[in-house]
Order: sequence, then structure tokens, then C-alpha cells
Amino acid sequence: MSTDALLSVRGIGVRFGDVEVLSGVDLDIRPGEIHGLIGENGAGKSTLGKVLGGYYRATSGKITVSGQLQSSWDTPAALANGVAIMHQELQLVPALTVAQNVFLGLEENFNGILRGTEAARLETLMQQSGLRLDPNARTSSLTIAEQQKIEILRALARQSRVIVMDEPTASLSKSEIDQLHRIMRNLRDEGRSVIYVTHFLNDILEVTDRITVLRNGEKVHTRDTAGETRETLVSAMLGGEKMDTLYPPKNRDHGEVVLSVRDLISPNGTQVDRLEIRAGEIVGLAGLVGAGRSEIARAIIGADPSTGTVEVAGRVLTRRSIADATEAGIVMVPEDRRGQGLVMSLPVRANISLPHLRALSSGGVMAKARERALALGLIKQLDVRPAIIDGDVSNYSGGNQQKVLIGKWLAGDPRVLILDEPSRGVDVGARETIHREIGRLAGQGVAILVISSEIEEVLGLATRVFLVDRGRLVDEIDPDRVSEAQVLAALFNHQGMGDAAE
Amino acid sequence: MTRAKTLHFLQNYAVLILIALLVAALTLLSDSFLTGRNLLNILNQNAPLAIMASAMTLVIIVGGFDLSVGAIFAMGSVTSAWLAVNVNPFLGLALAPFVGLALGYANGIAITALRVHSFLATIATALIFKGIAVALSDGRLISARIDDFTWLGRGKFLGVFNSVWVMVLFALVLTFLLTRTTFGRKLFAVGGNEEAAILSGIRTNRVKIAAFAIAGFAAGLASIITTSRVALGQATAGDGMELQAIAAVILGGTSIYGGQGAVWRSLAGVFLLALVNNGFNILGIDPFFRDLTMGLIILAAVGISALGQRR
Ligand SMILES: Nc1ncnc2c1ncn2[C@@H]1O[C@H](COP(=O)(O)OP(=O)(O)OP(=O)(O)O)[C@@H](O)[C@H]1O
Ligand SMILES: [Mg+2]
Repeated sequence: MSTDALLSVRGIGVRFGDVEVLSGVDLDIRPGEIHGLIGENGAGKSTLGKVLGGYYRATSGKITVSGQLQSSWDTPAALANGVAIMHQELQLVPALTVAQNVFLGLEENFNGILRGTEAARLETLMQQSGLRLDPNARTSSLTIAEQQKIEILRALARQSRVIVMDEPTASLSKSEIDQLHRIMRNLRDEGRSVIYVTHFLNDILEVTDRITVLRNGEKVHTRDTAGETRETLVSAMLGGEKMDTLYPPKNRDHGEVVLSVRDLISPNGTQVDRLEIRAGEIVGLAGLVGAGRSEIARAIIGADPSTGTVEVAGRVLTRRSIADATEAGIVMVPEDRRGQGLVMSLPVRANISLPHLRALSSGGVMAKARERALALGLIKQLDVRPAIIDGDVSNYSGGNQQKVLIGKWLAGDPRVLILDEPSRGVDVGARETIHREIGRLAGQGVAILVISSEIEEVLGLATRVFLVDRGRLVDEIDPDRVSEAQVLAALFNHQGMGDAAE
Repeated sequence: MTRAKTLHFLQNYAVLILIALLVAALTLLSDSFLTGRNLLNILNQNAPLAIMASAMTLVIIVGGFDLSVGAIFAMGSVTSAWLAVNVNPFLGLALAPFVGLALGYANGIAITALRVHSFLATIATALIFKGIAVALSDGRLISARIDDFTWLGRGKFLGVFNSVWVMVLFALVLTFLLTRTTFGRKLFAVGGNEEAAILSGIRTNRVKIAAFAIAGFAAGLASIITTSRVALGQATAGDGMELQAIAAVILGGTSIYGGQGAVWRSLAGVFLLALVNNGFNILGIDPFFRDLTMGLIILAAVGISALGQRR
């Protein structure tokens, strides 16, 4: 069995300090297969991926490539053996261009002098893959989804035999996910292998050949995809029966208008003539990647400069800074949890309390007990693991970091809550918890704006949905009467019309 | 203790371990080292630098550098001596720290309003402050041999130099600010991830300005101790102290990238370097070895704290 494997590991164990994160994991990757890797948040998927890519050294276990036992395994060794990894948390150099990032370390040179051919080479690569980006755009100016595409192109540029993709679709939209799946199948047909880590079980069922399930750092099993269903996967991940999740019941009891936006125009293309959200109402924004949904949110809260009026509960915000918006009761959960969401050098507790310092202090002195109680409550409520108040958030798994980020904003009592990709990278259970909490806040009369690249999530949560194209609200739909496919068709339609008009 | 915990301990307390080793070594090598007199002298001599390093900790935690504290020190020296001679000695002592506060505040405004990195901004303001100090003193020494002025730097309280009391009190106040107050928390947040702090509703500019104002105040406070001790105000006082302060902060283990650190670390950094100097003085060794040893010790401190940081 293992003789025909391209890459195989036996008895992999990883411990950080006193915590055993992986133990006794065996895995065989055959040439030309798409191998799904699933498990709950913190199950050890990213850690396993990093071991394969040579970023983490396994505390125990063996790695074999094409039947050759590897004595030392680090990043250069992995790359030399054709194993590349796309990290869950994007690892790009912000100041470099798209092309420079894609070919980082692979630049064509003449005795060390760069030949500057990256943009041209990227053009070829984009043609082959169908992914499009401006080769000369500066990486820091791109959205998370675009940066994710850079990571994909980067893995392709390395011509690897095994590519580990750790949640590559977390902020991609449907069409780009399909594109990525096409790329994966092409790689497979060329005899290369892909290890696909994701929480989207439908995607796993659709493209993979075999699936490995991890639970609490141990392998449950590897099986052929053909015999699996959502239900079997979920119960293998959780180690018990669990029904598929439903969205919380929608609150249809709306109060006064809380957020009112008029003629909002920002230099990066946002143009919202009118947007109103009532107390207790959840409004969704759906759009293709790059449609400018996050930019609308950022303009509303004052993170980007804009003109126009923003009114909260009848009061016009005269000064448009984030601090003023926050004081008026608008808060935003950003999509980029590393860049804009969490302070990695602070523990979980301090991250959760950051927006609530005033309430958690008296006379400027922190009320420690209250702060700890708040953090503990939210950790329990959202099932953050490990459940340590002073845990080092930078070591938490992606999904658990997301839970901390959400928890940070649940604690206050905002009037307007803007959520940009609230369930990015969280597992089935946590997703349900987050949705339940969003529903609870709406029930309490908070006006909520939800942005998600998963159309299904927007439709499931919101009572009113706007389609967004090029920074404008182009259409309003009733989420209860429209299907995901119809929304998608409408979005493409608008995009096409926009293109034609230009 | 497990291996991981040991590494973590070493990494966290590298400077303290080195200080302990140095104290042990110097005690064995010389009888005159471990005497109350010698130790008190070390504290007394380094109190002004320790005060500046304590405040520099806040600036570095918030993600900045302040290269102007040496020049603020010079301003403090000149203004306190001038006021002592021409107006009132007590006024000179009382006002100089607030001159420092004002200059530090100006630094903060320059950095946030012009949106330049503090490294660059404070190089510029340092030149300006220094220029003003030279102009005020007319390039001359201002002698202030007045008992009402020199009591601070020369006097003792309960057998310990006043300067040491001031240093201890100041460091305690800053520690309290940093670890117990919302302001301290904001400093860590802004230094750790400014975007996240902004999105959490923190007025990050105010936080930065306050950190620089405190660094300015500290430089003024340090300057009156030195000035009253030597009874001399001069525009060259404080030259190079900004770099010594920064070096001590980093040596103590506060992150040069911001977001992490502690005031006690900076004190430890100051006194680690002070002990090396003291050791060479009492042992009477060739100054050539002093620089060599100083370099080796800094490398050792950095090396120990990097031990646990493998990925
Ligand atoms: N460098 C580290 N130091 C300490 N603990 C770590 C480190 N990296 C990961 N962990 C811990 O290992 C466990 C597994 O993390 P991992 O990132 O592999 O999970 P995951 O399966 O990828 O989860 P997710 O779906 O949330 O991305 C988590 O509990 C995490 O806190
Ligand atoms: Mg992960």
C-alpha cells in the first residue's frame, strides 16, 4: 500500500510545550489524487500540513517520499522533494507586487542580477490557471480574496508534486471556488497530488478522491470519498451523531431605523445612495469577490475616507473616524483577523476586552476580575479551544482565533454591528454558534449588516439582501424567495452589464 | 520543570540571570564590590538613565523610538539651572520636568500630525531642542551652586540618595500605568497591531502622544537630578543618553517591534550595563576589555532570550 504512495508519513506526533497537538498520525498520499483533510477547529489539520511542508518538526514519526525514508525534513527539503504548502494565514510580503510574491525565491536571474521577468511569467501562469490578477499591483492594496489567489498561484509556480492547500477558499466566492477545483483536477490529471483542507464539506465531497478525518490530533480514518456523505463526515469529525445545522429563526420584528446611510461615496469606488437598517433587522450584502462589499463597510464605519452622511439612531455623525463611530455604537468585525482583528502579542483575555476598556475599568484602572469574568464567559459561550483566559492567541488554530475575534464584539452592546465574513474558517459547530449569537443580537434590537462570500450564509441570516457590484447596491432581493443559484446568476448578469457599459 | 518550561524561563529572565551571574562573579573577584556603599553608588549614578529608560519602554511598546530625549535632557539642564540662578532654585527643579513634558508632547503631535515615523521625527526635533538649549545657554555653562538647588542630586533620605527614591517611585508609577490601567492596555494594543486597535475604537494618536509626553517628562526629571548633582546646567548634557536608554530597554527584553515589554526589564538592562562598568572600575582592568566584554554580554543576553524561539 505505502509503496505506491508519493508521500507517506507514519506515527507523526507533534507537541508544543506540554500539549500534544498530533499523535500517531499515518497518512499516504498517492500520486494523482485529491486528498481531503477535515476535522474540527484545532483538530490539527494545519499542524499536519506544516509538518508535511517542513515548517514544523515532528516530535516523532517518519516521513517517506517515493519510498525513500527522509532523515531530515525541513522547508528546503520539502521543496526539493516537491512538497509545497499554502498556509491558512496568508504569508505574503505586503510591499511586493503580485508577480514578485508569486515568484518569490524563484526569480530568474543572471548571476544574481534580477531579470525582472516575473510579470511576464505570471501572465503565462494566469492563462494556464484562469486566475486573474494585476501582476503589478502592490500586495498590501489587495483584498484577502485576491491575496488568497496569490497563494494559489504561488503554489502552482513551484511546480510541486504535492500541494497542501490549507483552507484556500475561506474568502473566495462560488465562481472562484469552482475555478480552484478545476485547477485541482488539472493538477491531479498531470499526476500531481493535492491535500485539501477545508470546512466546506460539500466541496470536499465534490472534488476529493479520498478523505482523512482528524479528531483531537489523532487520525480517525482515511476512506474513499465515494462512500461518504455529509452526515458520515460530520459524525466522524465530532465522534458522534450530529444533525446538519440550520440557521436560527429570523427576527421579523423590526423597530425604528437605527443606521441610515445617504450618498456615501469613497475614492475606492463605493457609491451607496441609500441604505437603512432597522433595530433588530439583519441586512445582507452579497456580491462576487472584488465587488466592494468590504469597502462599503469600511466607508460606513469611517475606516476609509468618504463623503455623504451616516446617521445612527437619528444622530448624524459629524466626525467620521472609527473612534467616533464606535462611540455612536457602530462596530465592525473585520474580515482580516490577523491584519485588522486580533493583537497577536496580547493574550485572549486582552483581545476580547479591547473594545470594552471603558466599561471594564474604573477611573482608568482596569477591573481585573470583571475583565476575566467577561473573557471566561465568552470563551465558554463560543467554545474557544484551548479554553485558557490568558492563552496565547497567536498559537490558536485559525477557527479558534475567529471565535475570539467574534467574541470580542459580542461583549459590548452595539447599536449597529457590521460583520465581514463572520464564519471565516470555523467548523460546523462553531458556525452554528456564531449564527445563533448573531440571531440573538438581532433579537435584542441590534441593527446588523452581514457580508459573506457564501451566498447561502447571507440568505440564511438576513431578512433583506442587497446585491453589490462595483461598490453599488444594484438590487434588493427577498432572501426567502430566491435561491443561491438565482442570486449567483443575477450577480454575473450585473457584472456582465457593467462590463458592457464600460 | 520540563524542557519547554526551562527554555521559557531562560528566555523570559535572561537579563536577571546575567545580573545574578555578574554579581556572583564580582563578589568573588573583589571585596569592595558587595558593599552597601558601592551598590548605592551604582544606583545613584544610573538613576537618571534608569528614569529615561523606564519611560522609553512605553514609547517602544507603543511601536516608536524617541531619539530626542537626550536633547530634552539638555533643555531641562539649561532651563533648570537658569531658573535656579535667575529666578528661584525650587522653581527650576519644579519646572524642568514640565518643560520636558511639553517638548515630548510636541514630539507626539509632530509624529501623529505629519504621520512620519517617530525615528525620523525625533531626529529632527532633537536637533531643534538641542539648538534651543545652546541658544538659551549661549553655549556656556550655567553654574548653580545653591544649596536650595543641589539638595536633590546630592542629598539623602533615610540613608539613600534622593535620586534613587525618585527613580524607584517613577518606575513604580510607570509599572502601574502599564500593567493596571486602560492606558497601559492601549499602549500594548497600539504597538501590537495598530489597525486592530483603531477598529476597536481606540484613539491611537492620543495614546502615542501620551507616550512621548511621558518620555519627555522623564527626560526633564532625569535632567534635574543630574543638573542639581553637578550644580551645572549645560547644553551638552544628555548627549548620547537616548541611545543608552534604547539599548537598555531592548537589552532588558522589551520587543523592538512593539507590543511587548515591561518597565522592570529596562531597569534590569540599565543595571546590567552599569555592573559591567563598575566591575571594570573596581578591578582596574584595561578599558579595551571593557568594550569587548560589554559586547559579549549583550550577545549573551540576546542569545539566551532567542533560545526558545525556534519555530
Ligand atoms: N505554535 C504553537 N504553539 C502551541 N500550540 C499550537 C501551536 N500551533 C498550533 N497549536 C495548537 O495545536 C492545535 C491544533 O491546531 P491547528 O492549527 O493544527 O488546528 P486546525 O485543525 O488547523 O484548526 P482550524 O480548523 O481552526 O484551522 C490547536 O489547539 C492549537 O492551539
Ligand atoms: Mg487550520
